[in-house]
Parts: sequence; structure tokens; C-alpha cells
Amino acid sequence: MAENKYRVVHYLNQFFAQIGGEDKANVPPLVREGAVGPGRALQKTLGEEGEIVATVVCGDGYFAEHIEAAAEKVVELASPYQPDVFVAGPAFNAGRYGVACGASCAAMSAKLAIPVVTGLYEENPALDLYRKQVYIIPTADSARGMREAIPRMAAFVHKLGLGQEIGLPQEEGYFPRGFRINQFADRTGAERAVDMLLLKLKGEPFQTEYPMPTFERVPPSAAIKDLRPATIALVTTGGIVPLGNPDRIEAASASKFAAYSIAGVDDLTPDAYQTCHGGYDPVYANEDPDRVLPLDAARSLERDGTIGKLYDLYYVTVGNATSIANAQKFGQAIAEKLKAADVDGVILTST
Amino acid sequence: MGLPVVHVASIVPISLTVGANRIVPAVAIPHPLGNPELPRDEERALRLNLVKKALRALQTEVAEQTVFAE
Amino acid sequence: MRLELGIIEIDDVQFGDETRVEGGTLFVNKEELIDLALQDDRLAAADVELARPGEGVRIIPVKDVIEPRVKVSGPGEIFPGMIGKVGTVGSGSTNVLRGAALVTVGRIVGFQEGLIDMSGPGAPYSPFSRTNNVALILHPTAGLAPHAHEEALRLAGLRAAAYLGEAGKDVAPDEVEVYELSPVTDAALPRVAYVHPLLAQGLLHDTYLYGVDAKKILPTLIHPNEVMDGAIVSGNCVSACDKHTTYHHVNNAVIHELYRRHGQDLNFIGVVITNLMVTLAGKERASDYASNLAKLIGAQGAIVTNEGFGNPDTDLMMLCQKMKGYGIETVLITDEFAGRDGGSQSLADATPEASAVISVGNANEVVALPPMKRTIGDLKPAEVIAGGFAGCMAADGGLNVEIQGIMGSTCQLGLGRLTARGY
Repeated sequence: MAENKYRVVHYLNQFFAQIGGEDKANVPPLVREGAVGPGRALQKTLGEEGEIVATVVCGDGYFAEHIEAAAEKVVELASPYQPDVFVAGPAFNAGRYGVACGASCAAMSAKLAIPVVTGLYEENPALDLYRKQVYIIPTADSARGMREAIPRMAAFVHKLGLGQEIGLPQEEGYFPRGFRINQFADRTGAERAVDMLLLKLKGEPFQTEYPMPTFERVPPSAAIKDLRPATIALVTTGGIVPLGNPDRIEAASASKFAAYSIAGVDDLTPDAYQTCHGGYDPVYANEDPDRVLPLDAARSLERDGTIGKLYDLYYVTVGNATSIANAQKFGQAIAEKLKAADVDGVILTST
Repeated sequence: MGLPVVHVASIVPISLTVGANRIVPAVAIPHPLGNPELPRDEERALRLNLVKKALRALQTEVAEQTVFAE
Repeated sequence: MRLELGIIEIDDVQFGDETRVEGGTLFVNKEELIDLALQDDRLAAADVELARPGEGVRIIPVKDVIEPRVKVSGPGEIFPGMIGKVGTVGSGSTNVLRGAALVTVGRIVGFQEGLIDMSGPGAPYSPFSRTNNVALILHPTAGLAPHAHEEALRLAGLRAAAYLGEAGKDVAPDEVEVYELSPVTDAALPRVAYVHPLLAQGLLHDTYLYGVDAKKILPTLIHPNEVMDGAIVSGNCVSACDKHTTYHHVNNAVIHELYRRHGQDLNFIGVVITNLMVTLAGKERASDYASNLAKLIGAQGAIVTNEGFGNPDTDLMMLCQKMKGYGIETVLITDEFAGRDGGSQSLADATPEASAVISVGNANEVVALPPMKRTIGDLKPAEVIAGGFAGCMAADGGLNVEIQGIMGSTCQLGLGRLTARGY
């Protein structure tokens, strides 16, 4: 074994490791020295500079039934080999194998902080699950694409092994992971805009700098059958907080949410409440915070029996430049607390 | 099972884009449940109506994104 | 309409007994500038400090940046309808102190003001790290209401910039730029319009067109020269990163680029002004009207810029959709709010017709700004300005902030070279 070779650990399922077919899908994680199966072709392409020092194998069925534990075991088996790079599969369109590759890579990356890569077909459900955490090389939809995929995967492993910077997805040949990274272009935005418009008008091809996003959908929850016994909670992204903003919720890019008691409060008044949201003219909300968080109306509907109870706490954050990722975190956390408190429904107000 | 939630917001296209399932259109960005041009008691009545509409939305079964305009 | 801009290159700024321009240096009489500002009795005190490119200086909190200019000949006055008399601008000749800027600094009115670093890692993110800045620090009288505070700062800044601009009146310019939309004879050149939405959303979110609050206008047409000659003034500070400073307005990069290529690759047919309103009906009305105007003037293509983020994303999408419905191809310029790791969806709204988009960067990117030797203004607001957060300031004055807090970092008029790419 020569010095200065980067060390690679490869992950395969029971089939590609030549242990067996579906009959051996329940094989728990194990490790073999050196390259196995397609790993040998990978090794050939890596040449002298990189070495597959070990291959970790696990049955697809076993992994699917113990994803977290299996991934941890993979890490445990791989670590003693001190890998510089971890490569899994390719798994093509196989669902369980794809998840095993993705999860193993993600765990290796998280635990050992080493670069990781796998190969999947674009429709493999594991792609969307792991693309943010793991480099994923596009492959054909079946093992017929192995010969074609190996050199591309090897080239990528090679770059990772040498510690080279990975460029744009379209240049390096991996699925875009979904990160927007700033850099300075060679021309101004205005110059690029006019260039792009002229291409568009001529019907010539151009590359948009920002492909339109898609947003997740959640299925609607069941309706509240009877409001009269129901507990309703108020939540707002409009930044209505007690005067002085005691928890210092940021005016933009909020990093937190807060809960405040409205027990015994019938009306939000400017001597006790304010807005801390930096994205709208605050004058009206500061004059009467009920305009953003309708406490007075909700309280009167509680008094007259329309609803059973207005929940004693309200939740607030600032929806100004707040990232989707944070908003999802806040939403989940607030929902858990409200469910635990037996709240039946939520009125969410936004500015 | 999730909590039913109704989004009371003025810019309905954004609410739809980000995936809210029950939407009640509000008045304006700086005062979604208010209108500073109205006398106080009319404004309170407006707010009460919007909250009632929101509650009606919570009581309505929906299969897809629904805007409760009226 | 023919406008001559007499460009006077300023490469230094100094205090002096007399406000004048000499040998490329702008000399500023500090006392006169302070007296001028304090003519508005809503202001209790004022001070002036200078900041030059490359210096270890941080200016914070910044409300607006204005380029000093002066009408030399032709109709109209500087900032018509605001501090100058109402009258059409955009013709005759205007001298520009290029490389100088008047920066209004002072106790923040809201949360939206920003910062400028004259050197260090923050400098590339602001065009104002490269201008010789006259910082006018303004202190409002006690108890001044926010609307009055904002207006006092705005007008003081415009007056100060006009005062400095006067120093260039009789100076021979280094270069003269001529702006004239000569008739295009080549019918093959595509007819391109510029659709220019102005933020019109209330306190610290307003813009003024010939002195008219943009909340009060319906979309309209304007000659690009009028924009280049000061017809539009900023009352806005939506977040420092993507507010159009008054400087950005007169130096509208899209107008410049369309002018540059007028008669060569395209026929620049004019500018459609529209406004970004706070109600859904307001957005529908404005986007309908603006698209109709674009169609009326025969646009085949349009560049659409934006100001702010969040709800204005809806205006951008509506304009794109409606113009596409008329067969007008658009390119949109927008910034992104993709979260600090760049992994979140960047826009609050989207439409499949938006197939041609220029990105001017992710405003949530966090940068580590070192402590600066000198601060003009007050460092404390760093934790509450948009882009700042509790704990973002280190004991030594270093700041960890989103570029959202840096003046002009992601301005959607396309003046800068920052972009974001998908990885």
C-alpha cells in the first residue's frame, strides 16, 4: 500500500456484493477488505491515487427495517478504516437500496465529516430525501447503466479524495442539491438581464439564474365539527409582542418564536403591546395591535359561547425574510405544543 | 392528525403558493384585521366578521386549498 | 428629450473653508452643511463626517444615499416636487459629482436602516464603499413622531446633496454623457420596455415620483431621462440590501444598459412606472394597468425589476404572467431569501411563466465583519436592524450579519455583480 493514497470505503447491498439475491436481503451490516463487485471497476478507474480499503455491505431488507441503526452500524464498521471518502452504490432506481445508500452517506458525513457520494436514477425516491446532505450522481434506471456510471462516479470520488472544490452541478455532473450560494459575476445584473432578454426574444437558448421553486403541500386537516366546546388558539407572523419585545424576536430573518399569555386579557393596547416586524408600516399595528392579532374579537366570541375557549397563550414570530426551513421548524414546534394542550384549531394571521 | 389552521392574510397568491389549505383574505398588509379609515366601532365589527369567517373555515371540510372569499 | 450629464470625477473629499470642487477633490464647509440641515426645526443636532474608500470606517445606521448633482441648464430643478419646484426634468444639462455621495445617518426610525463598510470583507457588498462619502448625522428632536422623523431625514439628505452638487455648477466636466432616445429605423430591433415597480407601502416603505407619494399613483409612463435626472426619490428602507437608494434611482442600471444598447441590439421604447401596494386588489390593479401600458406602447420584451421581497414577489409574478399573456417576453431581476445556508425556497411566490430570471444574490448570507477603527453613527443598532440579530455584535465591535443589513448589497436594479448560483 503506497503512502499518500486517499482511502475510500465503498457501500454495497447484498446483491452487488455477490452474497445473494432477495433471499439474502436480511443480511445485517458486515465489512469486507478491499473492493468487491463493482467496487473493483471503481478501483480500476481510481488508479494509483486512491484505494478502496474496505467495502461495507448490508441487505436491503435489513436496512429498510432498521434505517437509523443500520446507518450507525455502517459508520461503526467503516470508521476503523479511516476513510477520506465514502461512496455508496450506485443504486439506480432501487428504492430500498437507494435509501440505504443515502442514509449511509448522510450518517458517514455527519459522524466523520468526510465527503460522501452515491449514484441514483432521477426518479429514485431516495433522491429527494438525501440530495441536500449527499452528492448524488445521476445514473440510468437499472444496472445496465453500471458500465456508464462507474467512470463518472470514480471521477467524482477522485475529486473528493484529492480535496478539490466541487463546482456547479451542471459542470460536475451531480443532481443540484438545492443550495443557493452567492458569488460575484463578471457583469452587472442589469447587463445580464438585457443579454438574457435578447436571447429570449430571438428564441435562442438561455439559462435562467433562478429556476422557479416548488413548495411542499400538506394534506388539509379535518374540520372542527362543533365550535362550541372547541379551544381555538391565535398565532401570528405579524410580530405582535409585549411592549419592549422582551424575547428580542428579530425584525427580519427571525430565529425564534415566542408564546405569551393572554389569560385575562380582553384587548391588545399600545401601552402593553407593539409590533417588532420590520417589513411593514408599523404605525397601524402599534396604534391597535388587534389589527394584526385579533384578540378582542376572539375574546368576544369566547364570551358569547361561539367558541368554547380562547387558548391562554398566543404564539408569535416575524414572517419577514424568515427562511422556509425555519418557518417549518417553528410551525412544527408550535403545532406540537398546541396539540399537547388539546387545542382544536388555529387562526394564523399574517401581514 | 394535524391541527386545522386557517390563514388570514391579504396576499392570497402567496398563501396559495406556500401551501395553506384554508385561506381567508384579509384587508391589507399593515392591518390585516383592521381598517384605520373606519370609525372604531365599524372597524371592530369588520374584525369580528373576519374572525367569524375564519372560524367558519375551520368548520368546513376541504379536500384541497380553499379560499373563503365570502 | 436630450440630457447631457457632465461627469465630474471626484476622488477625494475633505473639509474646507468653502464648499467647492478642485482638482477632483470635493471640499466641504462643515458648518454650512450643518446649518442647512438644522433649518428644519424637527432636527435637534447635526454633524458631518467623511469616509473614503479603503478607510477602516463603518457607517451605521444609514437611511439613504444621494448623489450630489446640479442642473446647469435646461428646465427643471434638482429633485423636482421634493425640494425643487415641480417641473419636468431630463433635458438640458446636469453636472454630477461622480464618486461622491451624501449619506444620511442617524437614530433609526424603524428597523430597516443599514450599514456601509469602507474596507474589509463587507466592502464589496456595497457600491458605497467605493464612493467618497459625506456622512450627515442627524439627531431628531425628542419625541418626534416616526413619520416626521423619516421626512426630516429624507429632506435634509436631499438638500444636503443639492448643496454639495452646487459646487459642481461651474466646473468643467471630465466627460459628457449624452442621453437621447433617437428614433430607431431598423424595424428588426426588438421593442423593449423597462417596467419599474416602486415600493409604496407606508412608513419607511415609500417612494416619491415628482414629489407624489407612489401609493397615490396609478401606473404611468415616463421618459428614462426623467428618472436619470431625479424625478424619483427614495423614502424607503425596506431592508438595506434591496432598497433603491436615491443614488440607485438616478443611476438606474437597467436604464443605463438599455440606453447603451439602444439602436444597436434593441429599441428602448420607454419606462413604465408601477407601484407595489399592500392590498391584493392594489396589486391586481397595478399589474393589470402596467401590463396594459406595456402593451399599449408596443413592447415585445420587458425588463422588470423589483424593490423589497416577500409580498412584492407577488407583484413580480403578476407582471410577468400578465405581460406573457400579451405575448410580451420578460426578464425579471430579483434577489433571494434562501436562508442562511441557502437551502430554502428563495421567493414567496412563483409562476411557471417566470422562466428568465436574473438573481442578484441571497440576502440571508451571513458575513463576518471585523471591527472597524472608526464608526460613523452608532454601532448599537446593528443588533436590531434587519439582517442583524441579538448577539451578532462581538465585544470588540465585530459583526456577524446577514448581507441583508449592508446598503445596496442585493439591489434589484442590477447595479452590482452579486449573484447566487444553485449547488
